[in-house]
Amino acid sequence: MLDIVVCVKAVPDPKEADKIRIDPVTKTLTRADVPLVLNPLDKHAMEAALQLKERFDAHIAVLSMGPPEAGKIVRECLALGADQGVLLCDRAFAGADAYATAYTLAKGIEKIGPYDVVFCGMASSDGSTEWVGPELATFLGVPVVTRVKEMVEFGEGWWKVKASLEDGYRLVRVKLPAVLTVTRELNTPRTLSFSGIIKARKKEIREWGVSDLGVPSDLVGLKGSPTIVSSMTTRESKREVEIIGGTREEKAERLVQRLVEAGVI
Amino acid sequence: MENTPGPVWVIAEQIDGRILTVSLQLIGQARKLAYELGASVEVVLLGDELDEHPQQLFAAGADRVYLGSDPRLAFYQPELYTEIIVKLAQERQPEMVLIGSTDVGRELAPLVAARLETGLTAHCIDLALGENGILEQIVPAYGGLISIICPEKRPQMATVARGVFPTPELDESRAGEVILLDVPDELPRRVQTLEIVREEPEGVPLESAPIVVAGGAGVGDLEGWRQIAELAKVLNGALGCTRPAVDEGWAGMETMIGQSGKMVSPELYIGVGLSGEQQHMVGIVGAKVMVAINNDPHAPIFEQVDYGIIDDCREFVPVLIDKIREYQAM
Repeated sequence: MLDIVVCVKAVPDPKEADKIRIDPVTKTLTRADVPLVLNPLDKHAMEAALQLKERFDAHIAVLSMGPPEAGKIVRECLALGADQGVLLCDRAFAGADAYATAYTLAKGIEKIGPYDVVFCGMASSDGSTEWVGPELATFLGVPVVTRVKEMVEFGEGWWKVKASLEDGYRLVRVKLPAVLTVTRELNTPRTLSFSGIIKARKKEIREWGVSDLGVPSDLVGLKGSPTIVSSMTTRESKREVEIIGGTREEKAERLVQRLVEAGVI
Repeated sequence: MENTPGPVWVIAEQIDGRILTVSLQLIGQARKLAYELGASVEVVLLGDELDEHPQQLFAAGADRVYLGSDPRLAFYQPELYTEIIVKLAQERQPEMVLIGSTDVGRELAPLVAARLETGLTAHCIDLALGENGILEQIVPAYGGLISIICPEKRPQMATVARGVFPTPELDESRAGEVILLDVPDELPRRVQTLEIVREEPEGVPLESAPIVVAGGAGVGDLEGWRQIAELAKVLNGALGCTRPAVDEGWAGMETMIGQSGKMVSPELYIGVGLSGEQQHMVGIVGAKVMVAINNDPHAPIFEQVDYGIIDDCREFVPVLIDKIREYQAM
């Protein structure tokens, strides 16, 4: 029996995330009602855990840090087949960079209990740093393999995996417990089933704050973050666009003409 | 009396004995930052049979090279590399540490940063000195650019992709000091790279392609993706994409253009079905001519290109392919 923790993040729906913009005048973020969804790569982390559960029998705990609304993505993971859901939710956690996020998640994992493997998506669609997995592993004091694209062998206390490289892969042997961050090549995530959704309704989601984790509040959230945003600017384009009009045929013809004149085709 | 600032560090990288271009580019930028700060540039290079390499690092701008050259360092070994770099950083107290956003850099940088209990900014598109010599680390976000700083913790750490900074001219007359690093006797063994397998990439490589066609979520589905692949092929160009296209599974991560992907500088860039998010747009460095095809006239991409086609890309791209073929047949 494996004990698995899957770390997931609620991100602004990537399809609508471009509605959140820097206001050119105030240089602050414009508020937009973009719904929170499960980070796309975290679906592959969840799927990795579910496949192991089918193969070896496992207990899957899902862990997220976020606002109360993030509870719905934890619920979604319970509906997919996770056994336990935990949301780290406290005003003090707000404004965390990757370092403070990793620290807080590590404390959450330690409170959940012993584990064999922690899965994370390689990156989040909003932060896209790829730092949380390796930093989490550092705080937990366990090894990490990032960008896992294939699980090759499951030995006693160690696994062999392929880590994705730009032009190939790295074959890695890793001792458990370990943190693995996954790419979308690893698997095809399943979709929610009706019965899963019904079953998940009965499962409880625990909400833990600073006092539950027993962490000093200056080590989490914005206070615990080594990096901060110092300024925002909008980016001016130096190009002046010509919108090419006409029928579809004419537009295509005129575009080809412009590109030929510019000497680029 | 002012203290001398700690050195500016670059963690350089080599593959099969060849120093990566991004490492040289970072040394060039480190040189500029170090000059303004009144600091020195120190480079850490780990691998095997590297005795000839420090000269190239000095020529690019390094003052001192810490060299770990040992068969046990031949492959990237996460724990061993982290251990060596962390120990050295604790000793040398660098002010800044710059690392390439490479396969290795993206894993090694956060391992080192967490151990040094400091911040790390991902995939910067510029680095400049701000007030009090604090490093302003510029990244694209929310349709603009944001500056991230690490005001209190040291070192200030950042990763940067290849192509963000120019490759410095090599000055072969420059020399410096080489310090050999010892490999610890007790080797950490929890995670081991057993083998590295390189696969031949298909098609025209993105970074050097004169024509780049890039697709985004608006391409719609795999059939739409086949069309833009065809467009790239007809133009003898390379096919790139945005992150949503990777998330949809239409394109591989290695073809992603932008902040956390590749930097391209083609003669012609054609963006199809993509909105013009800064995370993607910063990856197009100095393209000569830029074209956008999108059915949303308000898409920000139209503020950033030379020619705009407002149309459904699914309908327009096949017509465009025909017209290009007609022109090519003339």
